[in-house]
Formats: sequence, C-alpha cells, structure tokens
Amino acid sequence: MFKDITIGQYYPTGSYVHELDPRTKILVTFALIAGLFIINTFVPYTYIVAFILGVVFISRIPLNFVLKGLKPLRVIIIFTFLINIFAGQGEAIWRIGPLSVTGEGIYKALFMAIRLILLVVGTSLLTLTTSPISLTDGIERLLNPLRKIGVPAHELAMMMTIALRFIPTLLEETDKIMKAQMARGADFESGNIISRAKGLVPLLVPLFISAFRRADELAMAMEARCYRGGEGRTKMKELKMDGRDTMALVTTALLLVVLIVHRTMV
Amino acid sequence: MSIEVENLTYIYNPGSPFETKALEDVNVEIKSGEFVGLIGHTGSGKSTLVQHLNGLIKPTSGKIVVNGIDITDKTVKLSDIRRKVGLVFQYPEHQLFEETVYKDIAFGPQNLGLTETEIDERVREAMELVKLPFDELKDRSPFELSGGQKRRVAIAGVFAMKPEVLVLDEPTSGLDPRTRDEVLEEIKTLHDRYKNTVILVSHSMEDVAKLVERIIVMHNGKIIFQGTPRDVFKEVETLESIGLGVPQISYLIRALREKGINLKDDIFTVEEAKKEILKWIRSRKNV
Ligand SMILES: Nc1ncnc2c1ncn2[C@@H]1O[C@H](COP(=O)(O)OP(=O)(O)OP(=O)(O)O)[C@@H](O)[C@H]1O
Ligand SMILES: [Mg+2]
Repeated sequence: MFKDITIGQYYPTGSYVHELDPRTKILVTFALIAGLFIINTFVPYTYIVAFILGVVFISRIPLNFVLKGLKPLRVIIIFTFLINIFAGQGEAIWRIGPLSVTGEGIYKALFMAIRLILLVVGTSLLTLTTSPISLTDGIERLLNPLRKIGVPAHELAMMMTIALRFIPTLLEETDKIMKAQMARGADFESGNIISRAKGLVPLLVPLFISAFRRADELAMAMEARCYRGGEGRTKMKELKMDGRDTMALVTTALLLVVLIVHRTMV
Repeated sequence: MSIEVENLTYIYNPGSPFETKALEDVNVEIKSGEFVGLIGHTGSGKSTLVQHLNGLIKPTSGKIVVNGIDITDKTVKLSDIRRKVGLVFQYPEHQLFEETVYKDIAFGPQNLGLTETEIDERVREAMELVKLPFDELKDRSPFELSGGQKRRVAIAGVFAMKPEVLVLDEPTSGLDPRTRDEVLEEIKTLHDRYKNTVILVSHSMEDVAKLVERIIVMHNGKIIFQGTPRDVFKEVETLESIGLGVPQISYLIRALREKGINLKDDIFTVEEAKKEILKWIRSRKNV
C-alpha cells in the first residue's frame, strides 16, 4: 500500500545529475519553484516542462517512475482543479446548481493544476537523484552562513538525516504491524470514520512504542560513539563543486532569466 | 484443513531498482493435521511464503488453495481465510498494544465476533496453554512483562483464535534455551490437543527435528527438498552448502560411526542417541 510513495525516495543510477553537488541541486530546485511562481501564462510552462524532461532524460530515471510520485497526490490536484474551475469570474459556460464554470475558471484551474504537477515532479527529482545523506549535507552547508545569527545548521541537518533515514524503516514497521494485526482479524479498511479511527489503535500504539524505542537506542548508540553535536566535527566527504555544477547552475539561471523576461514582456 | 501452493512466485517492489525475487515457482502441499517444519537460511523466503497462506501478501503469480478454495480469487473474503489460518509473526511481541494482557489476548477472539463468555474461556485456555498464570497476569500491562512473557502473550493472542491452521514464524528466535524449549513444547501440546495443522518456521535444526513430521527446506526462494526429518537429515552435504547443517547430535553420531562404532545413521535427537549409544554399550558388555 506504500508502494506508490516515491516522494523522498532515492533512485540511484549514477548519472550526471546524481553526481552533481547536492547544493547545486537544491539551488536548482529552488530556482525551479521560484520560476513556477514567476510565470503567469501557459507558454513558459513549455520551457519548464522541457527543462524537467531534460533532467529526467539525463538522470536515466524512467519517466513513468517519476510520474508515479503524483499518484498519492491526485486527490489534492483534482481538488485544486475543481475549486479553481468554479472560482472564476465572468460569463458562465456551464451551470451545475449554484456553481458556474467560466472561461476564466477553466483557464485558472488548468494553470494551477499544471503548476502543482510541475512542483511535485520538480521537487521529487531532487530526492530521486540525491541520497538523503548528501541532501542533508548540502542543506547543512547552505545553512552554514546562518549559524552566525543563531541558526543551528548542523543540528537541523542531523535531525533531517535521521528523520529521512527512518521513513523507510517506519513504513516497513507499519506494514509489518498492520499485517500482524490483520492476521488477528483487525480490519483497517471498512466501517465508518469513527470505527476506522478506533481501528487504528492496534496499529499506532505498537508503532509509537517502537519509534520511541528506536529513538532511545539511536541516542544511546550515538553517545557511545562520542557524538557531541557539530562543533569541530569534520567530514569524511567534503562537498566540492566543479565545472559540471557551474554548467547546471548557469543553465538554470538562463531558464530563470527567460521566465522573468517573458513575464515582463507579456 | 489442507493447503496447496501452486507455482507461486513473488517479487518485492517490481519495476523499481529494489526489485527482489523472494519466491520462485514454489509448489508445496500441506495436509490436514500435519505438523511441518519450514527451514531455510536468512532471506530464503520463509516469511514471504507464510504470509501468502492467509492472504496478507498477494502472489505475483501462482495459486494458493486453502481447503479447496483458491484464496487468490478476488471474490474470496480474506477475513474468512484469516480466521482459519492463524499466523504468529516473527517477533510477535512488537504487535502488543492493549492496556492489559487479558485485553490483548482477547483482541483476536473479539474480532471473530464471539460472546463475552466465549472470549473469556478462550483467553483462559490460551494462557493456560502458554503457561501464563491467569489470575496473576491478566490485569498487568503487557509492556511490563519480560521478553519471554511478552512473546507468550503474543502467541496466546493467536492461539485464542483457535485457527485450524497455525503458522508460527520463528517463534523462538531471541529466547533463552529454556524458554525456547518450553514454547516449542506448548506448540506441540496445542497440536496434540486440537489436531490442527501446524507450520513451524525456523532455522534451528534442533527445534524442528524434535517436533515435526515433515521438513520443507527452502533456499533462495525455492523449495529444494522436503521429507521426513530422517530423509532430510541424510542430505548433510546439501544442507551445509546452503548454510543449514543438521542437528549437533547427528555430527556426534557421524564421528562415532567413523570410528567404527556400529550405530544407525539416522539419529537426530539427543534422546534417541542416548538410547542407541546405551544399546551399543550393553551389546559390548555381553560379548
Ligand atoms: N518488505 C520487503 N521489501 C523488499 N524486500 C523484502 C521485503 N521483505 C523481504 N524481502 C526480501 O525477500 C527475500 C526473502 O525474505 P524473507 O523475509 O521471506 O526471508 P526469511 O526466509 O523469512 O528470512 P529470515 O530467516 O531472516 O526471517 C529477502 O531477499 C529479503 O531481502
Ligand atoms: Mg523471516
């Protein structure tokens, strides 16, 4: 049942994109998100789509695997689409009871749905091509300058690393406990909301207990290995940017410029 | 209740880079009332196979027929299958969740829709079977118990459902030798009392040698051979090549035989070895 969740999942292929510095990929992703909010017409979407398709192609991740990440979000996407389609002003094309669909509504609904889809696909590419460890490494380095104003960069990164590290473990654990309770006749699928919520108790209690136990054990193991926070800690793999990172950043910058120019011209 | 598995193949995470073929073309038949052992090295697919037996996992291809009903058929109600095929998971104590031992064991019977008195009877009986003192423990929190006691509570939780087929996935892993022997003994008692079908998953030869009527050996997602303990333990070389080996006592017997002592070659429990060796000593005295 958790098979469809590809957000946050790493898909190693060893491609050019995978080998980029994580900071580059984080910056590119932020630029892409910014780009998606800069544009206000459909035409520039084609540039972004082309850019994303290009990245997917170079990363050698099957396109349908990337798109699978949209599946768990389809409800949200459809919901956004429906809200927008009824929210437009102007002359109604269709009427369904008190709701009316206008030309502007259709335009906006499509626009928002595409934005959402590209947002999800674009950001999931970051995690698909970057292992959690190097991702948090990148975040830590990017946040480092903010340490001066009291941002605990290392601690944040460590927390994220651990959280990301335990997502698959917890999913696996959930799956196992669910199966164990189903073998004892528990039913997680039918009934009304209240009985379903009650039905979750046999799942949640063991899950919490095991999560706390794991956290405890992990803290112990870290202390046993003399973990004392980020102060004076050195890295085994120092991050280094090279020519390829420059190329990726320049390409992204160009895309962003094109998008901005497009916006000011229209 | 009989179980037939036909051409069962199962692949984890198909179509992703983490694809693993856990089972490959498995064919096996388990007869009603049989006590079978399923052994194999870590990762050989034992847990994956047993989770198919009550429909917790859907096969990638193949069929599972329980009592003549193909449970891979979409129209079959899995809840009906699950009340007939009980499964004790590996480390079952991780599934405990209730405030008291009593309530936890009653969870299964409750889901079967039994009346309060029936549930009470079942909980008492299950606790008696796993040798947990009812009055002393029924109101304790399961989380305050020792590891061995927790394991017993979890096993009792499945016993209380009185499944016609009972599957236990490594019920003794991580237990001390004495508790291990006791738990195995309790499983045997249950089998003798209700004549139900029991499938015991294990990688301890000692455990299965003592108890089961038939052994199924798995390796790399396939069943490589099956038969009575006597037949299976003759295949010492094959078993060792897949990282299993035979019970320790068989090695002793083998060493003795190599020294020219005339003993049977199919001894695999300590009791039997004792008997045979004593017999041999006596026969020498008489000479
Ligand atoms: N949830 C899962 N996702 C992906 N692969 C899995 C999963 N569970 C098991 N596997 C893989 O399937 C294969 C068989 O695993 P299985 O758990 O059935 O082995 P096992 O015989 O029960 O081993 P053990 O003695 O360690 O319990 C292994 O290669 C394992 O890595
Ligand atoms: Mg297992």
